[in-house]
Amino acid sequence: MSDQHDHHDHAHEHEHDARPGPHGAPLTDVQLRVRALESLLVDKGLVDPQALDALIDTYETKVGPRNGARVVAKAWVDPAFKQRLLADATAAIAELGYIGRQGEDMVVLENTPKVHNVVVCTLCSCYPWPVLGLPPVWYKSGPYRARTVIDPRGVLREFGVDLAEDVEVRVWDSTAELRYLVLPERPRGTERMTEEQLAELVTRDAMIGVAKVTVPR
Amino acid sequence: MNGIHDLGGMHGLGPVEPEPNEPVFHHEWERRAFALNLATGFLGRWNIDMGRYAREHMPPAEYLATTYYEHWLYGLERLLVEKGLVTAGELQTMRPQGSGPVKALPPGGVPTALRNRRAARMDDHLAAPRFKAGDRVRTKNLNPTGHTRLPRYARDKVGVVDRDHGVFIFADAHAATGEKIPQHCYAVRFEGRELWGPHAGPRDAVYVDCFEPYLEPADDATGRRR
Repeated sequence: MSDQHDHHDHAHEHEHDARPGPHGAPLTDVQLRVRALESLLVDKGLVDPQALDALIDTYETKVGPRNGARVVAKAWVDPAFKQRLLADATAAIAELGYIGRQGEDMVVLENTPKVHNVVVCTLCSCYPWPVLGLPPVWYKSGPYRARTVIDPRGVLREFGVDLAEDVEVRVWDSTAELRYLVLPERPRGTERMTEEQLAELVTRDAMIGVAKVTVPR
Repeated sequence: MNGIHDLGGMHGLGPVEPEPNEPVFHHEWERRAFALNLATGFLGRWNIDMGRYAREHMPPAEYLATTYYEHWLYGLERLLVEKGLVTAGELQTMRPQGSGPVKALPPGGVPTALRNRRAARMDDHLAAPRFKAGDRVRTKNLNPTGHTRLPRYARDKVGVVDRDHGVFIFADAHAATGEKIPQHCYAVRFEGRELWGPHAGPRDAVYVDCFEPYLEPADDATGRRR
């Protein structure tokens, strides 16, 4: 442990060299600082490193957008479920077992040929963890948070979604504790697909509202 | 607070850059920083609004020049000292001067801690709603130095209540004192042109979740616009 402290002291001298790379490339200083902080908190009995491992494992391997895709696919094939989902998303999503932190109060927004919903959090990074996992870097980044509310069509175009002028765009800024999931339109030509096959088509981006669901050719 | 975190409507930050097949974490230190935030949050010394408020204090130039989990790290270090889990001296030297005042969450407690089903929502009977769906409302022109969830771009703007989400812990007070004040939270629809002027798309709208104290009626008792 003293080894880490030495590294940390050394790192401090180079703090001003700190610059993130294009996708937030690591700063040696940050790596060392986090390691030193973890050691400090473990030594003080405030955190258990195995609990940290369990938390990481949960969000890296167990919770993710496949959960949300199952919700969407079920809504596409089961009209009664879709009705429950739009009326009380939290309860309907809980039917599939997806509950918990950052998903305690869910709202589902249905995209139609005339209304396109897209979700953002301008103030921080609010995101429905139980159905989508942790948010991607771009969702948490300055450009997405700054631009989606003022230029939603421009942002959507960059994602490859070019909406006709008569389509209404609704941007949902997650400013309180409600968490939003977009129910994308079911693509044409999927009438014979099973619920499982449909779930395979549903992407994270479509459930944020920056993409449409398409059928691969 | 009118901090750098309140980014809605800013220009000049560049294009959105999605990364194909992005991993959940890019580096080991991100994994640990993420988990440290959650694990210490479970100790009960602060709430989620205090957590957000702590990150909002990061100096603006530093906030823009650093990555997401560095914001979390900044907030965590600040809270650890502010809420008495670590002393300023310990944080500076990274050497422990004694045991912490509370016990760590054991690994076995993680699933239960994450299976939270009720966080910010309170019983609906705790507060009567002042507004209902369809009401025209104006957001107040508020500029508190404390925490608020009313973004700058949506202040002093007229919108229509889309729906009443029910009663929630009022974030502004929760961040300041931990007090759980029940307030209705409404999704309010603002037309793009109300927020951004005549150049906004005529069929663009932004929905903002607003706690009741942020709102006042847009029309007076006789139905005239205020």
